[in-house]
Amino acid sequence: MDIEDLLKLAEEDKALADKDTAHLTINLNKVVSKNLVPGLHIDTRELKDGVEVKVRLDDGVVIEKKVHMCFGVTREKALQRIRMDVDIGKNAGISVLSHCIFPKATKVKHIMDAKIKVGENSFYSYEEKHIHSMEGGIEVYPKAVVELNKKARFKTIFELIKGRVGKLDINYSITGLEESVMEMMSKVSGRKDDVIRIKEGGNLIGEKARGVLTSRVAVRDNAKAEVYNIMRATAPYARGHVDCKEIIQDNGVATAIPVVEVKHPKAHVTHEAAIGSVDSKQLQTLMSRGLDEEEAVELIISGLLS
Amino acid sequence: MSILEVKNLSLSLNGKRILDDLSIDFWEGHVHAVVGPNGAGKSTLAYTIMGLEGYRSIEGDIFFDGVSIKNLGVAERAKHGITLGWQEPARFEGLTVKQFIMASAKEKKVETVRDVLSKVGLKPEDYIGRAVDKTLSGGERKKIELASILAMQPRFVMLDEPDSGIDVASLEKIFEGIKMLKSYDATVVLITHSLAVMKQAEHAFLLCGGKLVEKGDIGKIEPYFEEECLPCEHKNVPDKGGVDGY
Ligand SMILES: Nc1ncnc2c1ncn2[C@@H]1O[C@H](COP(=O)(O)OP(=O)(O)O)[C@@H](O)[C@H]1O
Ligand SMILES: [Mg+2]
Repeated sequence: MDIEDLLKLAEEDKALADKDTAHLTINLNKVVSKNLVPGLHIDTRELKDGVEVKVRLDDGVVIEKKVHMCFGVTREKALQRIRMDVDIGKNAGISVLSHCIFPKATKVKHIMDAKIKVGENSFYSYEEKHIHSMEGGIEVYPKAVVELNKKARFKTIFELIKGRVGKLDINYSITGLEESVMEMMSKVSGRKDDVIRIKEGGNLIGEKARGVLTSRVAVRDNAKAEVYNIMRATAPYARGHVDCKEIIQDNGVATAIPVVEVKHPKAHVTHEAAIGSVDSKQLQTLMSRGLDEEEAVELIISGLLS
Repeated sequence: MSILEVKNLSLSLNGKRILDDLSIDFWEGHVHAVVGPNGAGKSTLAYTIMGLEGYRSIEGDIFFDGVSIKNLGVAERAKHGITLGWQEPARFEGLTVKQFIMASAKEKKVETVRDVLSKVGLKPEDYIGRAVDKTLSGGERKKIELASILAMQPRFVMLDEPDSGIDVASLEKIFEGIKMLKSYDATVVLITHSLAVMKQAEHAFLLCGGKLVEKGDIGKIEPYFEEECLPCEHKNVPDKGGVDGY
């Protein structure tokens, strides 16, 4: 298997052939291909066990087409360390679609260490889709520290679309200044002895800053999930919401620890958390239409994670 | 010919007798109404016939095509063609209208989904991609529920309060849906306390305090609506607000 196969797996081959679509493809610690568009700069440095990536977007540049990034490991065993430095100028914006593909992994460790700065009145959207092997021998550590300037918007979605999650440890921390908006969402399901740990922290330090932290997790067999959502609001009219839903089956174990902290009388943070088996009314409705219990459960969970 | 027969059916929940020695014959291909005041046991009867979890420890028996179904689970009963339209339909986060209807449909085609949506008065292009969640109004979910039942083509369908949350203009669409079910030769049971809905049926069963107190053609049951459960000694029992689990 080579990188071409990986890209086909992610259905990325077409986007990468388009001259007007910016992209960056990395296989283990090698930059395989790169395409830039005006106003976007991506500098890379290959390291022993990974790649350092610097992304810079000039002031006033808004890129319409999604920027495609691909971090792959074709081997069975490897360590991949990605250091990302993202700097979005003022009045600018990009959306990144990132695929992390480890289809053969029996023992692969993928570490993503990101520093992201989003300039005044700009936006940065980062959609991260994972394709893993069915072995479960994979460890993924996405870590990001995000700073949002005034009126900046940041949105991130983490999603496992194929394979077993293995061990996942997400750690995101976002700080938002005046009128900034943060949205973070993780959608993961675990089985067998998978372990999922999600830590999402939002700090609303500017007036009228807003944020939503959402997690949707399903665990079955002996899988475990822990979700820590922390939303702090310290400025007037800051608004935050934490929303965590976890479905468990078999011997799965799920924990949710939502922390909401408000340090200004005019700030407001709400949270909702629900952990349990599949909702009985949903299940019985689908069964009353003729679906078997397993089919009904699959459908409900696929909806939750869609 | 009866398609479904309830025989000496009793059910207690949390030590309280909710259905009390009910015997009802539902004739095949007819539209029936089960009427009665709030708390009479109408929804409970429907849940029991459907075999929902928590409604299975019955006394008496339920026969479908002459064979007892009391030991069958919900999915097995549904596979025989029995289904239930809920008084308050479930919400499904992330599930689209298309996925929901397709899951129920006998013929799993997008055309089926479009077709049944139009039949309940919802524009397919506006609804097919939407999620069956809290972004839909109660009335919209009710129509989508009916659409999913039309797609399923059941043989025996119970509609619990089919008019609840439905505005007057849309009520006609619901009635058309009922007629369509009948045109497929389905047996329909309308559970209602509305006279307009009862009038869609050919005959009615009057339930009160978990007991069958009257049955017959609509004309015979109609005075009940005017005189508020006259034949029923439980008429002064106020609605306790439904402790039902669904
Ligand atoms: N799980 C339960 N435990 C105890 N009482 C119940 C339960 N479910 C329903 N009931 C009671 O049974 C009666 C019938 O309820 P229901 O079937 O919902 O009535 P209807 O649909 O006719 O309004 C009501 O008095 C209700 O409070
Ligand atoms: Mg009821």
